[in-house]
Amino acid sequence: MRFSGLRVLKEGLTGNRGWTAHWRDPEPKPAYDIVIIGGGGHGLATAYYLAREHGLRNIAVLEKGYLGGGNVGRNTTIVRANYGLPGNSEFYSHSLKLWEGLEQELNFNVMHSQRGVINLFHSDGQRDAYARRGNAMVNQGDDAILLDRDGVRRLAPYLDFDNGRFPVYGGLYHPRGGTARHDAVAWGYARGADQRGVDLIQNCEVTGIDIQNGKVTGVQTSRGAIRAGKVGIVVAGRSSQVAAMAGMRLPIESHVLQAFVTEGLKPVIDTVVTFGMGHFYISQSDKGGLVFGGDIDMYASYAARGNLPAVEHVMEAGMALMPMIGKARVLRSWGGIMDMSPDGSPVIDRTGIEGLYLNCGWCYGGFKAVPGSGHCFAHLLATGRPHAAAAQFRLDRFRTGAGIMDEEGTGAQHNLH
Amino acid sequence: MRVAGKGLLDRSRSVPFRFDGVRYAGLEGDTLASALLANGVRLVGRSFKYHRPRGILTAGSEEPNALVTVGTGGRRTPNTRATVQEIHQGLEARSQNAWPSLKHDLLSLNNLAAPFFGAGFYYKTFMWPKAFWERIYEPAIRRAAGLGALSGEPDADRYERAFAFCDLLVIGAGPAGLMAALVAGRAGADVILADEEARMGGRLLAETETIEGRPGHEWAEAALAELAATENVRLMTRTTVAGAYDQGTFAALERVGHHRAPQEGLPVECFWRIVAKRAVLAAGALERPIAFADNDRPGIMTAGAVRAYLNRWGVSPGRRVSVFANNDDAHRTARDMVKAGVDVVAVIDSRADAPGSDLFEVHRGAHVVGSAGRLGLEAITLRSGAAEHRVETDCLAMSGGWNPSVHLSCHMNGRPVWREDIVSFVPTPGAVPGMVAAGACNGAFSTQACLREGAEAARGALEELGIKPPKPDLPMAEDTEYRIAPLWAVAGKGRAWLDFQNDVTVKDVRQAAAENYRSVEHMKRYTTQGMATDQGKSSNVAALAVLADATGRGIPETGTTTFRPPYSPIAIAALGAGGQGKGFAPERLTTSHKASRERGAPMIEAGLWYRPSYFPAPGESNWRQSCDREVTMVRAAVGICDVSTLGKIDIQGPDAGRLLDFVYTNMFSTLKVGRVRYGLMLREDGYVMDDGTTARLGEDHYLMTTTTAAAGEVMRHLDFVHQGLRPEWDVRFASVSEQWAQFAVAGPKSRDLLNGVLDAPLEADDWPFMACGAVRVLGVAGRLFRISFSGEHAYELAVPARYGDSLFRALVARAEGMGGGAYGMEALNVLRIEKGLITHAEIHGRTTAFDIGMGRMVSAKKDCIGKTLSQRPGLTDPERERLVGLKPAGAVKLITAGGHLFAQDAAPVRQNDQGYVTSAGFSSTLGHVVALGFLRRGPDRIGEVVKMVDHLRGVETLCEVVDPVFFDPEGGRVRG
Amino acid sequence: MRITCPLCGERDRREFYYKGAALALDRPEPDAGAEAWDEHVFLRDNPAGETRDLWYHADGCGAWIVVTRDTVSHAVLETRLAGEAGA
Repeated sequence: MRFSGLRVLKEGLTGNRGWTAHWRDPEPKPAYDIVIIGGGGHGLATAYYLAREHGLRNIAVLEKGYLGGGNVGRNTTIVRANYGLPGNSEFYSHSLKLWEGLEQELNFNVMHSQRGVINLFHSDGQRDAYARRGNAMVNQGDDAILLDRDGVRRLAPYLDFDNGRFPVYGGLYHPRGGTARHDAVAWGYARGADQRGVDLIQNCEVTGIDIQNGKVTGVQTSRGAIRAGKVGIVVAGRSSQVAAMAGMRLPIESHVLQAFVTEGLKPVIDTVVTFGMGHFYISQSDKGGLVFGGDIDMYASYAARGNLPAVEHVMEAGMALMPMIGKARVLRSWGGIMDMSPDGSPVIDRTGIEGLYLNCGWCYGGFKAVPGSGHCFAHLLATGRPHAAAAQFRLDRFRTGAGIMDEEGTGAQHNLH
Repeated sequence: MRVAGKGLLDRSRSVPFRFDGVRYAGLEGDTLASALLANGVRLVGRSFKYHRPRGILTAGSEEPNALVTVGTGGRRTPNTRATVQEIHQGLEARSQNAWPSLKHDLLSLNNLAAPFFGAGFYYKTFMWPKAFWERIYEPAIRRAAGLGALSGEPDADRYERAFAFCDLLVIGAGPAGLMAALVAGRAGADVILADEEARMGGRLLAETETIEGRPGHEWAEAALAELAATENVRLMTRTTVAGAYDQGTFAALERVGHHRAPQEGLPVECFWRIVAKRAVLAAGALERPIAFADNDRPGIMTAGAVRAYLNRWGVSPGRRVSVFANNDDAHRTARDMVKAGVDVVAVIDSRADAPGSDLFEVHRGAHVVGSAGRLGLEAITLRSGAAEHRVETDCLAMSGGWNPSVHLSCHMNGRPVWREDIVSFVPTPGAVPGMVAAGACNGAFSTQACLREGAEAARGALEELGIKPPKPDLPMAEDTEYRIAPLWAVAGKGRAWLDFQNDVTVKDVRQAAAENYRSVEHMKRYTTQGMATDQGKSSNVAALAVLADATGRGIPETGTTTFRPPYSPIAIAALGAGGQGKGFAPERLTTSHKASRERGAPMIEAGLWYRPSYFPAPGESNWRQSCDREVTMVRAAVGICDVSTLGKIDIQGPDAGRLLDFVYTNMFSTLKVGRVRYGLMLREDGYVMDDGTTARLGEDHYLMTTTTAAAGEVMRHLDFVHQGLRPEWDVRFASVSEQWAQFAVAGPKSRDLLNGVLDAPLEADDWPFMACGAVRVLGVAGRLFRISFSGEHAYELAVPARYGDSLFRALVARAEGMGGGAYGMEALNVLRIEKGLITHAEIHGRTTAFDIGMGRMVSAKKDCIGKTLSQRPGLTDPERERLVGLKPAGAVKLITAGGHLFAQDAAPVRQNDQGYVTSAGFSSTLGHVVALGFLRRGPDRIGEVVKMVDHLRGVETLCEVVDPVFFDPEGGRVRG
Repeated sequence: MRITCPLCGERDRREFYYKGAALALDRPEPDAGAEAWDEHVFLRDNPAGETRDLWYHADGCGAWIVVTRDTVSHAVLETRLAGEAGA
């Protein structure tokens, strides 16, 4: 079924009885050409692009819970391409271009809203570091503007310009950055993949990966064995566990990142604002809730929930930066499990096992990567060669030291960023 | 209307307040909700999507409808629950989400368009034309959405945060909680009893049942009197325990000031972190509505709330009351109403075997299938068998049963379990370690069962804590069986509401299921069921049941969504209390801060420290003039700069030298006593972590300096290397950063200056470059280091911090007498760039010793932290970007930090990127801009001309690649 | 979250700095080879369940502590001084 305003009108007039399932619930077949483990945003996008770009149809996505139940459904919905280092630069630029036009492509309104992202700086040194990053963005063909204090004031007059502990010197503005409706991204890709024949299989947990003579042959699941020509692992938050099924240890630690939403409020914050000194970022959803977050809790965790020190720090940062949000009440807090890689950048690569491919390590930045990651991972799965935009996301970069992308400069070692 | 003889309020204490500008009077102890009902106000709000008229549904914090805005200016608080807000003198409340007025709300047109606004409609439209989303659709949606509005002004109220500790935390002060607190308090345990309401007692205040033969509220008062008199018990009213966290940590919000007019100095809220060895969850239960057509009109309320308004606040929400239920409990509402003299026009019970009554008529096996009334309930339609008839009523008390308040038991990922007998979920035992559920929140609904479970939970906790429990003493109370038959949604036409605030109806849930949003999480996210300010407290279970029915599954198989903290919403200002303004981070001031400010120096942040940017002299109108003068002053005479912010770590012990050899790339065990050496420190991954000088003060005694930014990190690192990797080594560390004030005395006249302040003058041969030792300065024991960050003959003089202020003043005064003076960070930066000396602008975490031209400092003779991985092929690739100096070589004379480097004729795009500028400044010494940067194969390209492009600042410059040391490359001045 | 420092007793998590897997204590010899160093610095078991990790009592006594912990339940099972935990 094609969605449109006319369709909504027609169904409304006829009692909304005509709506049909957005995707099927097929039984798993005994064998597929490609099995994607993980029905989150990245896995669904991978399946979609495999079908759409590479004409492959005999594909299954295996999801242990419900589609989009991982981090794609529990993030702060920010979409941006404001990276500074080669490797990241071209990838996020590629991903943002896919975002632009995603609604029309998927025929599903993911509410991608290019309302702009501001990264604030608070010293001359930070300004220069942001200038370096912004220039890298422009070199890449993306947009970046260095705002002075007054420039920031025009976009975000509610910041505490006069009393803040870290005075606002200015900001790096990325007009094409913004937000999107996170669940809708997963659903849109799911629907698109299903329409192209991909089997989306929910409540199907992978319990083993079958390998013979160094080559992957299929997977064991809670719904039986499934043979596969190729297997792609896209399971942020469980990457180490699934990779262990294939005998691999990954450069990944799992951490919890909390995020928060307030009660609905009339529009008050029109852009995305990022406050590096306080590890704080915020935007306002179309529904009116302030959606915001901070740094990870800083201990390995699979609990999908955090603790108060991180909560309070985020709130302090919010009060320091924009004390007008004080009366907004936090409605809900949640935690996602992040695949933290040593340098803060992801992996999209082959493994030492033929036919087994890996997509992991998105740290706390995976949401904006969904289209790019799916697109590049599909390319790798289909052709066996890395996509140009993701060629640097190699698994062996820590061993060789080549192409490390430590965007924050805090160290390409675990727990330093 | 108030009902004579009912309620626990003092009728003589009248309190005026305003709602939507109209003046009303209530009684002390009224909530805004009870006061409005007493005044006959039923319409208090509008729903989120359809802007339907809404009244008060409940009598607690779970209220989804009656949200108002309270206060003005920086005190304006949106989305305040009228059921929680107590009235007080001067209270101004306003309705929200309605325009132009609550009665005539333009956006109620949405209600007419409801067929097109079903579940998820916005995912299917607003896509064409593409550019319209940001310009037209989204702004319109945003304006329509949201509830109340923030003032836009900084929060003007005061908030606090606090810690509390106890043996037993009792959450909720109804019969179960009171009993638990009594048992634990009598045993001598440290008890905190926290309750959300202004008055403790829970449902005992809302019911007429008795305990030990007297009214429940009287028993509660006696219990509270005993607890108040028990020293080891702390009572916290108006305190919502909102979250359960690890190791017995609970989050709680105390409302300190909302119930009275603002008072200077008094916080409005306090956010508590309560650490409890054990906890009893006695949070009670919340009643759920029944979904039937138009069940959302003002006047339709939960039956328990109607009873609470009558019995606690002496208010009847209507004159002709009806009841619709699927359980016995709701019959109490009819009974209490009749006894209070209020007309009960019908009791409609969906069960064919519902009990009868002498007091009112019971329609067994009947349903309410509709309601009427524009801005408030006027009538309901009753269906019994095939017959339907209209019943005139202005208040319908409905009850679909009670949901135990399991929320806190789910905060650590526990899933509640379904109990068919009470048609509800109860907490999974052990879901929160150390917490036991008791009473209604555990599915025990009679007063007797609550008292018993409360006592048992406390006794269990005491036993685990090794505290002897008191003798059992359980009061007698009603022990009625809870009888219920499932009824979630009444079949029939029309929209039947589940989530009142978000306007989610039974149809929406069914449509979601039809579109294959069958997982409970999908249904929630697709319809927004349970995502409103009440987080579905009264609607989730019914929505789940409708979904289970639509998908042909049972309720337990359908599963639940997850309750997450906080239990009820908490203001950001409370959670982040103290963070506003300067409170966000400590301010660290040097001993020369005051003297620097007196000299008019603007201060800038350096991490948490403040340092002077420059010291303006008379006649100077901008920072560049001051900076240029200060640089020249240092090069020509002498300058004074406070360098106390650098980290200083005292290292002592026989193995101090070995340890330094292990953490630095170069050797320190061979350093002579009385000498200083520059050291480079790597992270284990081979990148540069920090640099600084370390002095050997004695055979087993070193003093390390770190950069300002990395002081804490280096201290932690040394502790780790020692305790974790080399615990057998005999060495100790102490941070002495704040114990010593240290000043650079730099310039050709530095020795002359020092000779004026040191008790013994310096002999040239005794103090060569990189010498150090003890000195006496103006009679005080100090330390002197002949080191330089400016390339000049220079010293750093250290004295105990208490002498810092006076020494700084003395040094600056003497310098000024010699043609010198104080210099700030701007000059310091230019001086060090001229000399090619690096800071964290260059060692920014991604550079190696090789990159900064110090590859040879990694000693081949020994192992050190980071050495092995610094030799990875990727870190020693000659193609890497490496440190160079840059100076303008074309018409444009400007180089800007953050600009990127390209071959002269290459387009400035990523593919051609060859490096970037890290530091730049105008050298008054050399008369041109000097810059440092990283360039591919940099040191091999000295003399080459490259192009710098800074798109953001619109600068494009041809630069000559030069050695990073611009000034005095032979180093004659520093040694002279 | 609360952690028991072997020297100071039970304290709030906010007094501690977290370093990660206690593997960091088992530093390879310099010549152990690229693989051993990759295993040591970068690769992790990252268990969903019991783990041993390193915490530093930064706002306390300055002790490095090996904490045996469950990454799923956040239960703290044992704490020992790193210097005494042994490699």
